[in-house]
Amino acid sequence: MSYLPHTRADQEHMLQAVGVSCQEDLFASIPPGLRLGRDLCLPPALAEHDLLEHLGQLAARNQVAGRSSFLGAGAYRHFVPSLVETVTSRSEFLTAYTPYQAEASQGTLQAIFEFQTMICRLTGMDVANASVYDGGTAATDAVLMALAQTRRSKVLVSRGVHPHARQILSTYLAAGGGVVEELPLREGRTEVPQVGSDVAAVVIQVPNFLGLVEDGPGLCQAARQAGALAIVAVNDPVSLAVLEAPGAYGADLVCGEAQPIGLPLSFGGPYVGFLAARKELLRRMPGRLVGLTADGQGRRGFCLTLQAREQHIRREKASSNICSNQGLCALAVTVNLALLGPEGLRRAALGSMSASAFARERLARVPGFSLAFSGPSFHEFVLRCPVPPEQILEGLAERGILGGHALGREYPELADSLLVCCTESTRRRDVEELALELEALVQAPVEVTR
Amino acid sequence: MIPQDLKYTDEHEWIRLNGEICEVGITHFAQEQLGDIVYVELPSVGSKLTRGQTFGVVESVKTVSDLYAPLTGEVVEVNPELLSEADEFKPELVNDDPFGQGWMVRLHLADPSELESLLDAAAYKKITEEAG
Amino acid sequence: MKAFEPTLFEKSRPGRRATMPPETDCPQVQPEEVLPVGMLRQAPPALPELSELDVLRHFTRLSQLNFSVDTHFYPLGSCTMKYNPRVNEKAATLPGFAAIHPLAPESTVQGALALMHSLQDCLAEVTGMDAISLQPSAGAHGEITALFMISRYFQDKGENRTRVLVPDSSHGTNPASAALAGFEVVTIPSNAEGGVDLEALRANLDSTVACLMLTNPSTLGLFETGIEEIARLVHEAGGLLYYDGANMNALMGLVRPGDMGFDLVHLNLHKTFSTPHGGGGPGAGPVGARGELVHYLPGPCVVQDGETFRTEVPRHSIGRVRTFWGNFLVLVRAYAYIRTHGSQGLQDVSQAAVLSANYMRVRLQERFDLPYQGTCMHEFVLSARNLKAERGIRATDVAKRLLDFGFHAPTVYFPLIVEEALMIEPTETESLETLDSFIEAMLTLAEEEPQTLHDAPHTRPVGRLDETQAARKPVLIWPE
Repeated sequence: MSYLPHTRADQEHMLQAVGVSCQEDLFASIPPGLRLGRDLCLPPALAEHDLLEHLGQLAARNQVAGRSSFLGAGAYRHFVPSLVETVTSRSEFLTAYTPYQAEASQGTLQAIFEFQTMICRLTGMDVANASVYDGGTAATDAVLMALAQTRRSKVLVSRGVHPHARQILSTYLAAGGGVVEELPLREGRTEVPQVGSDVAAVVIQVPNFLGLVEDGPGLCQAARQAGALAIVAVNDPVSLAVLEAPGAYGADLVCGEAQPIGLPLSFGGPYVGFLAARKELLRRMPGRLVGLTADGQGRRGFCLTLQAREQHIRREKASSNICSNQGLCALAVTVNLALLGPEGLRRAALGSMSASAFARERLARVPGFSLAFSGPSFHEFVLRCPVPPEQILEGLAERGILGGHALGREYPELADSLLVCCTESTRRRDVEELALELEALVQAPVEVTR
Repeated sequence: MIPQDLKYTDEHEWIRLNGEICEVGITHFAQEQLGDIVYVELPSVGSKLTRGQTFGVVESVKTVSDLYAPLTGEVVEVNPELLSEADEFKPELVNDDPFGQGWMVRLHLADPSELESLLDAAAYKKITEEAG
Repeated sequence: MKAFEPTLFEKSRPGRRATMPPETDCPQVQPEEVLPVGMLRQAPPALPELSELDVLRHFTRLSQLNFSVDTHFYPLGSCTMKYNPRVNEKAATLPGFAAIHPLAPESTVQGALALMHSLQDCLAEVTGMDAISLQPSAGAHGEITALFMISRYFQDKGENRTRVLVPDSSHGTNPASAALAGFEVVTIPSNAEGGVDLEALRANLDSTVACLMLTNPSTLGLFETGIEEIARLVHEAGGLLYYDGANMNALMGLVRPGDMGFDLVHLNLHKTFSTPHGGGGPGAGPVGARGELVHYLPGPCVVQDGETFRTEVPRHSIGRVRTFWGNFLVLVRAYAYIRTHGSQGLQDVSQAAVLSANYMRVRLQERFDLPYQGTCMHEFVLSARNLKAERGIRATDVAKRLLDFGFHAPTVYFPLIVEEALMIEPTETESLETLDSFIEAMLTLAEEEPQTLHDAPHTRPVGRLDETQAARKPVLIWPE
């Protein structure tokens, strides 16, 4: 199988033009001792038919997260209209390059401009970039901006921020860029801390990893009073239909993962991080930005802007090394939001909240189970279990149910707890079925084979 | 395009002396090399600069260049029209009138003896001829 | 073609509706009943209100304003804009891949883990590395990941190595990544042949050097013939050698970075392994390492235990560099590409890419300057300096005029060491007829009236845009 168009005659023609007798002559500059001189040890090549069969077999060994999934923890299964994939699979978007040649990329550029606009309208911020790798790296980018802006070295990060995001931040700051201090949770929510004058930023997540809605205004105010930047990581942008825009309660930087508003679960990627800021921070924004301008004849057009600060020109003095955006993923988000509109987004948010409120109440009534926290939540909650949650999850998985996320590894104090999520596609009978299965599992714990 | 009454540095900055206050900007040659200037980042009033230290950046569509303090001193004034948050933000002044309205900061000089290290117009002209 | 398409926000009409999410049958709760007062949204987000057909037409029209590999030839140097096979796309939409949750119990996602494990093995074999992490999301992300590993590795060895060497021809992300990882960057000049200047390298090598970042073939498209000597020098000084895999398309199955002496690599799956660029992403930038360095890879990685697969964090791992495991659906596509080709297929790809590049080089060097002579690998760099001197035609003019001929522009003004650079990479999937018509266009435009080129493009929906105004007064969102 091959995608090579060259016939034998084409090859001869090209070799002759180059003035060599065989392809091997073109590699004469490589020291012979370095040549591999054998075949690569790779699995054998497959024809398309056989490849699809092979991939189909691999795919069949994975359990699809369908209606009976209660797993969220940073990746959410909301309804995505069919039209999203119709648009993102169009050749002209899928196989286009980065829009450096603006005249040949107006489609990509305008779509990014629309994405930037939508992110600002959702978050209540002044500017947003063209997207970054994912929600976790977006939080690190926001912190790096705050460190540079304030020239301070300490960052206060709530333990309610997604554990992966906190781990990414540690990896990046280990190279000497700053110090992370964790803000503890009380009753599952972040207490308003004393913020010292050495603090560059306070980072919170709303709703937090445990599903609870934080005191956004209080936490942002504490940061800003100390001259630190308030960074709000949005968990599941669907929540922004009903939760206040972080910009309205004092956030300086807003970041988050936009997967829930347009992308499939995809085993964790590709996803799309967003990053929005107050306009004073615009010049510190990493990654790409698209701006509106005009050509010589006054015709409206879009182009990448503020690029001189980036690595192609600035090299080691660049403020960031990011040299891409999740273009196609951002496009999916833009199409999805255009279809949902304010009403669709609100309907998804209300449905998720309602299903979650129902499940919360129903599952807490299963003997032996109880709610860990009583604070306000959006669509996720923590359920204490009478037997180890890992065991429950394995038991449920055997019945085709993804019961949630076991919290013990990241939160040892919640080793007996599951994080359970519902969305607008969760039905009453799915919740009832989960409740019955939990009851059955606890009454007659099954031997779980590993 | 090299006024005789100013002093210069080899980083293409000019200095206009006025008692203990000196005004700093970039030269005509520098703005021409940079092209259309789109943004200038300046220190805040009250900042203390040490000679040779970077105190800001000037950014054009195609490149970014650091600004180096020509003298040690305290910033007493920055050009309000070059502050990007200002409504009347006019970075083009650096292109259009580099030695006048395109000035960047005014410094209160800390050590007058440093003035001796600056170049005069003739010495600076030589530098631009070699660079150009 | 319509000159411009109004934004979604201009087309929006209050009350217009498209697809709606399902209604849950659970009892409805209202936000006011559940959420704290201070956190209730006061005004709904001003998203556009459109019909489904409005949205489809809008994005269809936007798409028609784009160039893409499926519609146009992209001779973009260092970007490897090859054909993106559709069977890979089909694979990525299988529900067993697209609809699985990243935190599902490992026992329920064995197929996904098996695929990742096999891809790790394949990429390790292609690069001659001992282990691979699939986490990094892009090439630049892979670079900084490797630099974090280097930093931690020397820290553990108790060596204070603070400097990273990069050639002056390197990708701009190399020095940017090194600086962000906390290193001091030292630029090594190129020699007259475009390779690393060995004298300058020797002069800069000492016990403070952590690594040399190298692209081979270089961004000039030339194989670094002194690579064995370079590797020896760097290793003798106690440093590491890092391979920027942007140009791996020249060497698959022919030479491996590991065999050249490289200790760490990153690959760009969206270049060499054919995953679509998507207008700027998503890509994937897996990192490989040899020897002790494998323990520093970001985790978790996928390991095999008899018949089952599970994830494991390497012993001295630098930690996570992203959420979850990697850009999984990009990995699926790259895996499909490798399985389509096998060993011989990948070798054929590289040989064809190199032949095509050399064919274009000899045809174009008749009219354009070729500052660095000799057989090239998968790409080459021309200079428009002779056209500029003769007729005032610059690299930008060539790039913009090519759009009128129906070709995407080459990479221009890079590498920085070539004046008026035009960096051309045809890739292996373009036919001889396409290469010939591009060559024809280049030779034609070189003789055109200079003004025609200065005013180009003439056939696109917009002409050259005012980038100065865009940067002075940035308008980054549509006003509410």
